[in-house]
Amino acid sequence: MAAVEFKGKTFEVDEDGFIASFDTWCPEWVDYVKASEGIAELTDEHWKVINVLQDYYKKHGIAPMVRILTKVTGYKLKYIYELFPSGPGKGACKMAGLPKPTGCV
Amino acid sequence: MALKHQTPMLDELEKGPWPSFVSDIKKVAARKPMAEDLLGVLELSYKEKEGHWKHGGIVGVFGYGGGVIGRYCDRPDLFPNVAHFHTMRVNQPASKFYTTDVLRKICDIWEAKGSGLTNMHGSTGDIILLGTTTDQLEPIFYELTHELGMDLGGSGSNLRTPEGCVGKARCEWSCIDTQDIIYDLTMTFQDELHRPAFPYKFKFKCSGCPNDCVAAIARSDCSIIGTWRDDIRIDQEAVRAYIGGDFLPHAGGHESTKRALDIQAEVIDLCPTHCMEWDGKNLKIDNKNCVRCMHCITIMPRALRPGVDTGATILCGAKAPILEGAQLSSVIIPFIKMEAPYDEFKDFVDKLWNYWMEHGKNRERLGELIQRQGLGAFLKACEITPDPRMINTPRFNPYIFYDPADVPGGWEHDPKAFRERHQA
Repeated sequence: MAAVEFKGKTFEVDEDGFIASFDTWCPEWVDYVKASEGIAELTDEHWKVINVLQDYYKKHGIAPMVRILTKVTGYKLKYIYELFPSGPGKGACKMAGLPKPTGCV
Repeated sequence: MALKHQTPMLDELEKGPWPSFVSDIKKVAARKPMAEDLLGVLELSYKEKEGHWKHGGIVGVFGYGGGVIGRYCDRPDLFPNVAHFHTMRVNQPASKFYTTDVLRKICDIWEAKGSGLTNMHGSTGDIILLGTTTDQLEPIFYELTHELGMDLGGSGSNLRTPEGCVGKARCEWSCIDTQDIIYDLTMTFQDELHRPAFPYKFKFKCSGCPNDCVAAIARSDCSIIGTWRDDIRIDQEAVRAYIGGDFLPHAGGHESTKRALDIQAEVIDLCPTHCMEWDGKNLKIDNKNCVRCMHCITIMPRALRPGVDTGATILCGAKAPILEGAQLSSVIIPFIKMEAPYDEFKDFVDKLWNYWMEHGKNRERLGELIQRQGLGAFLKACEITPDPRMINTPRFNPYIFYDPADVPGGWEHDPKAFRERHQA
């Protein structure tokens, strides 16, 4: 685990750049990650996705399935990729401070 | 040149008459430090009987959710050159027809930006490019798409790269244009291929005839297998020539010296439905009872050919053992014409995906969902009428349920009252 410092905050991150613990998440983290995720400025739509992910995670302890995310936000999957170019799992979950999605290749 | 790591156990795998992946990697290791460390990490795994790859890295290129499989070594201190060793899947052209120029260019890209190691091809059908670092992913993706006109394939919970047999390009038995079908499906379902939204992986595979050269029936959630609904074409003269020893059985696939074909033992007796007869002069086939196993056609290709009213059978649900055991696909649509633009098939796929995405649990393959909810629920969701051809032995195993609403007059069933009358 490597540590990064940004605006006076320190974050532990893994090799894919995911935050080590959801508890250390703060809005500064989003600011720090956005450039590497190909996002210039965050809009309300970005925040809507991030909030939905965090609410679901707090309630269920896991990230929602993609289908649930598109249903709750009302955004089509393709649009979510426009908001977060590296996708809902890699980009949006990373920004929201959720643990790295696991999955079979 | 001496390599960095001692690999006594891997060296064992170079002995014997077989080709060896160790020898292949060693060849590349002479010029690529990545391949050298790859040998080292594998030797260590053999020694400790434990893998040293971390599972489930999440890397990719912008805009896509699949196509790159993240791999990190958990001993970067010992093997720094394979600290990142990501795999890229490249969508192969339909039926794997390449120009040598494209293959050379892919290898050039990989030599410069990756480990130099490739796997032609993975079991999904894609070209597998083994081992690169995160910072090289976007440059490789750019060159593949902009300079070669190639694209990444599928990985994760999305549509996997569709795959088809050689089809009409080189095979006279192909009942459908597998190359066109695979190309069309690939282009139509780009979104599903690159942006994972499914409960789990989904595979289309397409074979031109029931010999099923890509094993679609065993390896794909939706198998498209060419077939015909009229009669097998017979050239009686050629049948007699096989029996007279003028032609090689199996087109010489198993032997090279001419011999007389024992039609009774080698063809008639092996027909699974016993629908053939040889009267000493002519071969007769009771086509109504033919199950299109292709055995007779494969043995006597110059005498027998599939019919001319061709199309495909659509089967669903095959998978390797993960949650449940391995399964073969089951017939869902016994016959479909399968002609461009394939609208009838795509309508079916839409209904199928809607059903699976609505009811499928996370990481549940379509075949497992059908098993859990029953074929009836699946057929209803896809608006398909049950048919005896969906069942292996319909007279012995009639598992179709009738819905009271579908039967004129209907009936009422009270389970409580039933138990009263049948106590034991």
